[in-house]
This record gives sequence, structure tokens and C-alpha cells, in this order.
Amino acid sequence: MSDLRDLYQEVILDHNKHPHNFGELNDADRHADGFNPLCGDKLVVYVNFDGEIITDVSFVGSGCAISKASASLMTDAVKGKTVTEARGLFEDFLSLVTDDKAQLNHATLGKLAVFEGVRDYPTRVKCASLAWHTLRAAVEDCHEVVTTE
Amino acid sequence: MTTANVAAVETVPFDVESIRKDFPILRQQMRGHPLVYLDNAATTQKPQLVLDTLARYYAAGNANIHRGVYELSEDATAAYDGARSKVKQLLNAASSREIVFTRNSTESINLVAQTFGRQHLKAGDEVLITHMEHHSNIVPWQLLCEQCDAELRVAPIDETGTLQLDEFERLLGPRTRLVSVVHLSNSLGTINPVQTIVEMAHRHGIPVLIDGSQAVYHMPVDVQALGCDFYVFTGHKLYGPTGIGVLYGREDLLEKMPPYQGGGDMIQSVTFAKTTYAELPNKFEAGTPHIAGAVGLGAAVDYLHKIGFDGIGGHEADLLAYGTEAIADVDGLRLIGTAAKKASILSFVMEGAHPHDIGTIVDRDGVAIRTGHHCTQPVMDRFDIPATARASIAMYNTRDELDALARALKRVREMFPA
Repeated sequence: MSDLRDLYQEVILDHNKHPHNFGELNDADRHADGFNPLCGDKLVVYVNFDGEIITDVSFVGSGCAISKASASLMTDAVKGKTVTEARGLFEDFLSLVTDDKAQLNHATLGKLAVFEGVRDYPTRVKCASLAWHTLRAAVEDCHEVVTTE
Repeated sequence: MTTANVAAVETVPFDVESIRKDFPILRQQMRGHPLVYLDNAATTQKPQLVLDTLARYYAAGNANIHRGVYELSEDATAAYDGARSKVKQLLNAASSREIVFTRNSTESINLVAQTFGRQHLKAGDEVLITHMEHHSNIVPWQLLCEQCDAELRVAPIDETGTLQLDEFERLLGPRTRLVSVVHLSNSLGTINPVQTIVEMAHRHGIPVLIDGSQAVYHMPVDVQALGCDFYVFTGHKLYGPTGIGVLYGREDLLEKMPPYQGGGDMIQSVTFAKTTYAELPNKFEAGTPHIAGAVGLGAAVDYLHKIGFDGIGGHEADLLAYGTEAIADVDGLRLIGTAAKKASILSFVMEGAHPHDIGTIVDRDGVAIRTGHHCTQPVMDRFDIPATARASIAMYNTRDELDALARALKRVREMFPA
């Protein structure tokens, strides 16, 4: 089971069970819908801004443990950051879950590093990245439903 | 080679261990465990007979069919026609002219929609399906209805995943031009009362298409006894190759239908002024067909007849009952699809564990199941779930394998407490 624990780390299981920033954000400045047709994961990400700064972010939806924990940890990670910083984090996160040769900046990734195990499960990369794609759509005020396909 | 290769095959006593030896892929290890293949509703594995037939066809029998005057082409044509005769026997069709080779069930349904459908549907007319259809028996009708300004009607299913037959009958109206229903549901396992459905529809003079993709490899099908107008299935679920499927159509209907695609092999004569079409079934087989696929499918039909549906049906019914019980004591597991008449499918959800996570975890024990909506999103909506995990049984599965599934699900439970 040890190799499975690389994917399903305790932090991920905790955030799946008790997600942070879970719920609608009333009067959110922006929101976007995300959908993973492969497994039916659906979520909505809400964002509030003060100028360039993401002052608040939340999500609702249903999905597998990886997608839910990823959404939860993402909201923790980007809250208080500038839009540019959040974009940088998204890029680092994508490298983390897809590129096993990437030079990772653990200082900026922080808790997001628990998703490192995802790279050994190519079918689960979409689960881990759905929330991030949806956040980007919200930030860019995109009205299309984001899909991972 | 002549039609002699259609000769009846003798059935052998059912012995799962010897059957397993016929399927080389089952000898493999997956992630350090013996492969437990329980994704048969997606596709089945292939017996050595099919693999050998494909290899032999390409090694010693390959030529394009029809109009070749040399021996190799004559042999290839005979092998292709022989495969058609085997499928005719499998379905007990009245004539080989009623068996059209396609790519798969999806193409067979699209063929009927775009020929028979376009011919008969006018604005305001209706096509009737059920709530448990695969997307392949929904979307072609939606496209058709859009083209003809017609309406797609859907007969409901109950909490167990059983078709509500009284509601179905009520929906058969003066504007219904076609009924299209699944024989055995891929996501619920429900066996529909297709005979009754055909009788009901025919009382109103409405033709019926049956999607037999999941049924043909579990039970004998007799299209004449059923009285259905069209019956479709795909080769790769029947232990045959991918890329070859079948449309059975009643000869009088096929005769009147326009061609689906134009091209070589489907014509009698071509001039720029006028083209006349070939006889059945060639009228519906434009271009060089999947000859090897058809020949391989013929071998799969031979293999099925050798094992026999009596033995297969008994074994699979035992496995379904055994598997249902084996996974029942996994905490918080709920079966989706509990119809009184069902076969081969164990679709379930587990409280606190998403199907996708279930699939990843059991895979670590070498257990291959499918997770997701199984191309039946309306079924998921009906049960208000995003997805299910689905174990599906074939003739080569064993009770031990279902025990392995149950053990793996208990590990899921340890990681994701209910």
C-alpha cells in the first residue's frame, strides 16, 4: 500500500474530508465552472479581488479525493496573492504533477507539494489540475465551462 | 474455402479453468498481481482462436474481396462471406442478406437513423427510447430529430433500474415512428423485456431497434423469435476484434432503405448520369470493409458456440450472485441497478469514496474495473450520482477474482472510512 500512500497522502485525505474554503462566495466578483467529463467532476470557483490581489476565493462541487483536495489546497495557496503570483503558482503546480524532471521550488509550492505523487498516475493529472484551470478562467472572466478534455 | 466453414461447432462441457487457458492475456501480472479483468462491458479479451485466425488471415489469406479473379481473392471473399453466415446463425436471421457489417454498434445505429430515420420521420414525429440507453442510442436520434424537427421521447426507469413498462406503452403514440431500446443495460445490468417491447410496439405498427451490444455475449439471441426489425451489436465485446460491428435488419426494410454511404462495392453500375446500387447487404457496405475483422468475428462466434450459451449463462449467473454477495459486506457500498432480471454488471457507489479513487486503488491489486458515467449520463442523473464503479463479468471470470475485488474494496474502505 506504500506506493498508493504517495498519491493519497494524509494531507490530501484530510482536505478531501474537510475541504477549506468550501461554499459559495456571496457577491463574488468573478466565478467560473469547471468540468472533467472523464470522471464527472464538477466545480465552481469564486474569486474576489482588491485590485490585483485575490482577497477571497472559494469553491463548491463534487469530485474525487484528488480534485477536491486540490481545490481546497489551491484556495489556501492563492488567497492574498496577486493574480501574477497565482499564475506563477499554477505553472509550478502543473510542472509538479506532470514533469518528473522539473526543478521544483518547494518554498513557493508549500503544501501543494503533496501532489507530487500524481505524476505517477497520468490519468489523475486532470483531477489535480481542474480547480486550477477553473480558477484561471474565473480570473480571466471566461464564461465558457472549463473542461479538462 | 467455401461456405463449408459455417459447419456447426460441437459444444464442450463448461470448464472455466480450461477456458482461461484459451485467453493468453489472462496469464499476465498487473502491478505484481495476477490480472483480474472485470471491465468486460467495455471490451472483452480475445481467445487464441481469434488471434490465430487474424494472424492466419493476414499471413496467408489476405486479398481484397469481390471481383478478384485469382484464387487468393476468391478465398478472402469466401472467408468474409463465411463470417457473415456465422453471424446470421448467431442471431438466427432468416438470410445473410440481412447481416450488414459496420464498424460497431454506434455506426449501426447511425446507419439506421440516417437512412430509415430520414426516410420515415417528418416534423412532429417521435422516436421513443428509454432512460437507460448508452449515449450511442441517444445521440444519433437527437441528431435525426434535429434534422427532421421531430421529438425524442424517453420512457422512465424506476429505483431498481427497471424500465417502467406501463409508462413505455403510454408513450407509444400515433406519431411514434421508431422505438430503440437496449437489450442489456451497460451501466445497470438490467435485462429489458425486449420481446414484450416488440409486441407492444408492433401492435401500434411501430418498428423496433434493439441495441444488443451487451447481450450477445451473455445469452442466445434469436431475432426471428424476438420479431425485432433491427438488432445491432459490436464485435469487440463478443470476444472478437475491434472495428467490426453488425447491423441486422429485416430484409424488406433494408431493401427499401436508401444507402448510408456511397462508394466502391455498394454499386451495381455507375455512370455520370445514373448509379444503381448493389444488392443487399453490399448496398450498405461502401468501400473495402474490415475483412480481417469480420473473419476474426466469425472465429469468435465459433468459439462462443464451442463453449455454448448454456454453460456461459449458468456460470455468469453464479458469478453475478456470488459477486453481489461478496461486495455486499463492504461498509457503505450501494449497488446501482438491482433489477429483478439482470446480468453481468455490478455497478456501485461507496459512501465517502469517489468511484475514480476506487478505481485507482483496486488497480494496485491488479483489479481492472471501470469508473465514470459509462456513457450513460442520464442514468447517473436519474440516480443523482456523478459516476459509479463498475465490475462486469465474462465467461472466463472466477469466484476467486470476485473475492479479490471484495478484498480490494475493503482496502478502499480503510483509506476512505465511511
